[in-house]
Amino acid sequence: MAMITADPKDVPQVAHFAFTPEYMAKVQELIAHYPPGRQASAVIGVLDLAQRQQGWLPRVAMNEVARLLDMAPIRVYEIATFYTMFQLKPKGKYLLQVCTTTPCWLRGSEAVMKACQHAADGETFSVQEVECLGGCVNAPVVQINDDFYEDLDEASMNKVLDAFRRGETPKPGPQVDRQTSAPEGGLTTLKGE
Amino acid sequence: MLGDKDRIFTNLYGVHDWRLAGARARGAWDNTKALIERGHDAIIDEMKKSGLRGRGGAGFPTGMKWSFMPKEVKDRPHYLVVNADESEPGTCKDRDIMRHDPHLLVEGCLIAGFAMRAHAGYIYVRGEFYNEAQNLIAAIKEAYDAGLLGKNACGSGWDFDLYVHRGAGAYICGEETALLESLEGKKGMPRLKPPFPAGAGLYGCPTTVNNVESIAVAPTILRRGAAWFAGIGRPNNTGTKLFCISGHVNKPCNVEEEMGIPLKELIDRHCGGVRGGWDNLLAVIPGGASVPLLPKSICDTVLMDFDSLRDQKSGLGTAAVIVMDKSTDVVKAIARLSYFYKHESCGQCTPCREGTGWMWRVMERMVTGNARLEEIDALEDVTKQVEGHTICALGDAAAWPIQGLIRHFRPEMERRIRARTEKLAAE
Repeated sequence: MAMITADPKDVPQVAHFAFTPEYMAKVQELIAHYPPGRQASAVIGVLDLAQRQQGWLPRVAMNEVARLLDMAPIRVYEIATFYTMFQLKPKGKYLLQVCTTTPCWLRGSEAVMKACQHAADGETFSVQEVECLGGCVNAPVVQINDDFYEDLDEASMNKVLDAFRRGETPKPGPQVDRQTSAPEGGLTTLKGE
Repeated sequence: MLGDKDRIFTNLYGVHDWRLAGARARGAWDNTKALIERGHDAIIDEMKKSGLRGRGGAGFPTGMKWSFMPKEVKDRPHYLVVNADESEPGTCKDRDIMRHDPHLLVEGCLIAGFAMRAHAGYIYVRGEFYNEAQNLIAAIKEAYDAGLLGKNACGSGWDFDLYVHRGAGAYICGEETALLESLEGKKGMPRLKPPFPAGAGLYGCPTTVNNVESIAVAPTILRRGAAWFAGIGRPNNTGTKLFCISGHVNKPCNVEEEMGIPLKELIDRHCGGVRGGWDNLLAVIPGGASVPLLPKSICDTVLMDFDSLRDQKSGLGTAAVIVMDKSTDVVKAIARLSYFYKHESCGQCTPCREGTGWMWRVMERMVTGNARLEEIDALEDVTKQVEGHTICALGDAAAWPIQGLIRHFRPEMERRIRARTEKLAAE
């Protein structure tokens, strides 16, 4: 259990937050997934949309989400601080979420973490240690924004980071010659024989 | 060995088209109407006969779970909820189902929803699986557009709506009642049971929560028959199973195999063996981070199913096999799991909130041997104080890996303590 506040001290002041019409349409679509009167069910999704629009989640955005969903603001703060994907401070353009849980650690996540920490400047890259990402047979895994980069080592991690620095988006998934979660070097099942 | 003809997840690796056309070519959505026309109870009966046990970790019989739903819909609607909050360390099978064969899951939802008299279903996908959720959303849209979901789904006369609900990072939401809390827009803190979800679940309505894999295999079981599924594996441990093998093997991978396959065969056949050879094996965590590890001597012969692993005081869990070779600092490997549980405890129950932190701090000292010998007993004692004394099983899950370590690697823990004590005495 981590101690997190909805109101960190050292964040920029954001005076106002409102959803753009495009985001507002997505908010309405999410709310429609739930029965009438159960709009609070959409809170995680709507907070995620606010974070996607703003880049992070300032307090005013949480207040706006509370207003839209007819929730007490404290209930929204509780959500924003309970779930680890909500970023309560601004972050770099690329958020490097490095998994270091045992399956990734066994395959060398320490070296990958070091490469990421070295790159983290707070503007292009921010780095975060995260718990199991659920890509364990492709360990070590780093989530960069919405994509998983897999089967990494220090060298391939640096390659990926360099590509981002050049403004490219390197291909997500395994960074070795491998079909997704299949064994490297050829299938042992589903060979189509 | 399981043949490809008996594999359910024929696009496990995403080699083929995951969309509707591809899924149909592989046999999905083939006359689903006829499956539904068998009726609620006949479907549940067939699932019971198949012997399918829940694939999310606990291994509760799926057909029996469905039968707990009320037989009549009264003033409260019924809900199907699918647990796709896959977060158990070592586990990455549901991810492959969602991104590479989402229609198996979507069709399974319709059939399971119908069987339990639900007109709506929610699939709770962990927030980190953004791309996987997008594939699933696209598959659901395709199904609606083709008349397979929605009003009169598949021409069956049954209305069924299906929604994807994304989480935002919390292991605890994989616990079914925490998942329901989260789905209602609250913090994911588990509920006391009873009432069980079949009586009062989502919004206080009858609800069944199933794992992705349990739901995704249902259509194939109904098509090919309970006897086919029950004929694979061993009694009480039937069918095929997705295994995730990670860690120190030459070729980590996901693979669908027969329940009860020997662990050694699983690793040798599909993963190119243990790094450095079988004799270089130190230990295996056979069912995701929560289950106690097994030393090599047990791994030599153990079968991968619920009952065989239970007999070895471990468990099949999610069938996530984490392999450690002799280069592994096994105490550190388990200490890292202790940190995981400390991080993921929701904080609701005192034994877990305080216990996970305490156990982690002691485990960190055990890594360096900065402890007294009798503290091993104290640590084991605390794991027993946490186990069984919390609302949900996260407390148990935090206790078991440490208990397994002490059971099988106590001499190594003692060696570190003695070595450090001697070193300090010499200085």
